[in-house]
Amino acid sequence: MEKITRIESATVVLPMTDIDTDQIMPARYLTTTNKEGLGEAAFADWRYDKSGKPVADFPLNQPGAADSQVLVAGNNFGCGSSREHAPWGLVDFGFRAVISTQIADIFRNNALKNGLVPVIVDGEIHGWLLDNPGAQVAVDVVERTLTLPDGRSVEFPLDGFSRTCLLEGVDQLGYLLARDEQITRFEQQRTWQP
Amino acid sequence: MSGKSLFEKVWEDHLVVPESGDNPAVFFIDLHLIHEVTTPQAFNLLRERGLKVRRPDLTLATMDHSTPTVPVSRLGDLEVVAEPEAAKQIRAMIENCREFGIDLHGFDSEHRGIVHVIGPELGATQPGKTIVCGDSHSSTHGAFGALAFGIGSTEVGHVLATQTLLQRKPKTMAVNINGTLPDGVGAKDIILALIGKIGVDGGVGHVIEYRGDAIRALNMEQRMTVCNMTIEGGARAGMIAPDDTTIEYLAGRPMVPQGADWDAAVERWLSLPSDPDAHFDKVVDLDVSNLAPMVTFGTNPGMVVPVTDSIPADSGDLSFGKALNYMGLKAGQPMLGTPVDVVFVGSCTNSRMTDLRQTAELLKGRKVASNVRMLVVPGSQSVKQRAEAEGLHDIITAAGAEWRESGCSMCLGMNGDVVPAGKLCVSTSNRNFEGRQGVGARTVLASPATAVAAAVAGSIADPRALLTH
Repeated sequence: MEKITRIESATVVLPMTDIDTDQIMPARYLTTTNKEGLGEAAFADWRYDKSGKPVADFPLNQPGAADSQVLVAGNNFGCGSSREHAPWGLVDFGFRAVISTQIADIFRNNALKNGLVPVIVDGEIHGWLLDNPGAQVAVDVVERTLTLPDGRSVEFPLDGFSRTCLLEGVDQLGYLLARDEQITRFEQQRTWQP
Repeated sequence: MSGKSLFEKVWEDHLVVPESGDNPAVFFIDLHLIHEVTTPQAFNLLRERGLKVRRPDLTLATMDHSTPTVPVSRLGDLEVVAEPEAAKQIRAMIENCREFGIDLHGFDSEHRGIVHVIGPELGATQPGKTIVCGDSHSSTHGAFGALAFGIGSTEVGHVLATQTLLQRKPKTMAVNINGTLPDGVGAKDIILALIGKIGVDGGVGHVIEYRGDAIRALNMEQRMTVCNMTIEGGARAGMIAPDDTTIEYLAGRPMVPQGADWDAAVERWLSLPSDPDAHFDKVVDLDVSNLAPMVTFGTNPGMVVPVTDSIPADSGDLSFGKALNYMGLKAGQPMLGTPVDVVFVGSCTNSRMTDLRQTAELLKGRKVASNVRMLVVPGSQSVKQRAEAEGLHDIITAAGAEWRESGCSMCLGMNGDVVPAGKLCVSTSNRNFEGRQGVGARTVLASPATAVAAAVAGSIADPRALLTH
């Protein structure tokens, strides 16, 4: 996983609320046995028409979208299925941060394991971002802040552990493997066995 | 100091290392359910790092999502009946389980089926356990008083390698469901009504405990239907305190403790219910005495109305308009009489014996309308066998519906069982998202009873009319 300290990018805006992971990554793309190349399939049913041609007015098909690293979405982004293929696809497309007023629990967990920063903001900031697609913003993982073009800067919640993992580009498996002795002790000392 | 909730008791019993400051808890997992779709990348991770599966004995493997629901008597059939990519994934699952020493309930197993059906069926799902799966409908197992939730593939790798996960303690929500359910109204209607009430994000960050006399009155399969759709309300886990109904269901199942261990387990299980003074961060009440059969009209499960109601007026909301446009429906239009093309009875929500018995009972002596294709897919091979022993399949096929092998099937259309674009399907599954059952497919979520009513009428209909037949 690459290290992420600060993201500076124009935004892409998908204003719909409750965008579920079936939209982010339709089920027919889940038959893959690896993580690569899913960016092509991200939002496939919104992005391409029946003949497979890009839908001209869809935000991800606009000039500049391919270079954007920040997706702004309506409330409750990433609800539904636990498929990690959703954040894999967004990261493969080029996104490094998702901004919304609420992000679904499993999606948020998955995002943090793949270098995609979940940024929760209040309704006012969110409303401004929805109204100003393409705005140049900065997401700072060190400071846990989002900065808008007018200089306004707001903090977003990010626990210390996840922040460290993002900054150092490490996944959490190493941390768990280092707890092997404690896990063994737990297995041996518990009062009942599953 | 208030007492402890069911959730808190299970949570505290599984802390290998408690949360401290910046660090999340190291949390032990008692049962890891795995299937072919969300594990290949996790096994790759283990291979890359030269790791073993720590507890194959706590890992239960099956194939359900991309498996064909036409008979596969030998693996060679796969290339004929399955999509090429799906067949490759199924073969990868077989190979991964062999390489890492995990028993797989594959095509040769009478126990193969939807992972959330076979866990309880085998008695692997038990009160007080922590259960995870790379599938958001893991919440189903909470019906037994287990703490069960969905995880992504990276975390599947964590559990395979360490039998633990890093977790932050979630908040709790008590959902009190009281009243006597009217005839023709069931568990599916309860959970749809609840999601309509709290919204699809109402439970984010919370573990729900379903309580109240209406929950106590449900059998285990009905409780599973309620817990199954917890994730559709945004909560990762939904739990129901174990009681005599739970114990009765589990008694004699293959994977439950035996002899004196059974007695000890029952004693432990019955100590799990929340203390009377347990604290919950949020409380929601729902009275079901006047509940009607529920149907969805939009593209998420929170867009739901009683079947006799009309679609609400246009709120002007962007997503509301987009949803109705996708569904080919109009604000203010009555749901009754909406033409139906496909009816699907199945999925981890509604594919167990209770559901199939009700489906057969209501179909008996009736015919599926000529404009409707109806598919009935049992949740597991074992459910299929039991249903056939009761002759349910004969009633179902005599009515003109298709009777299939087990699997997730048309719930998410990964295995070739898809709803064509623009067609409307009344489905007993759990998600009416755009494209969920196939590109352009339109889904109306409903109970098995409402699904049968729609199949027979050829349009959305009130199942209560069938009861007086």
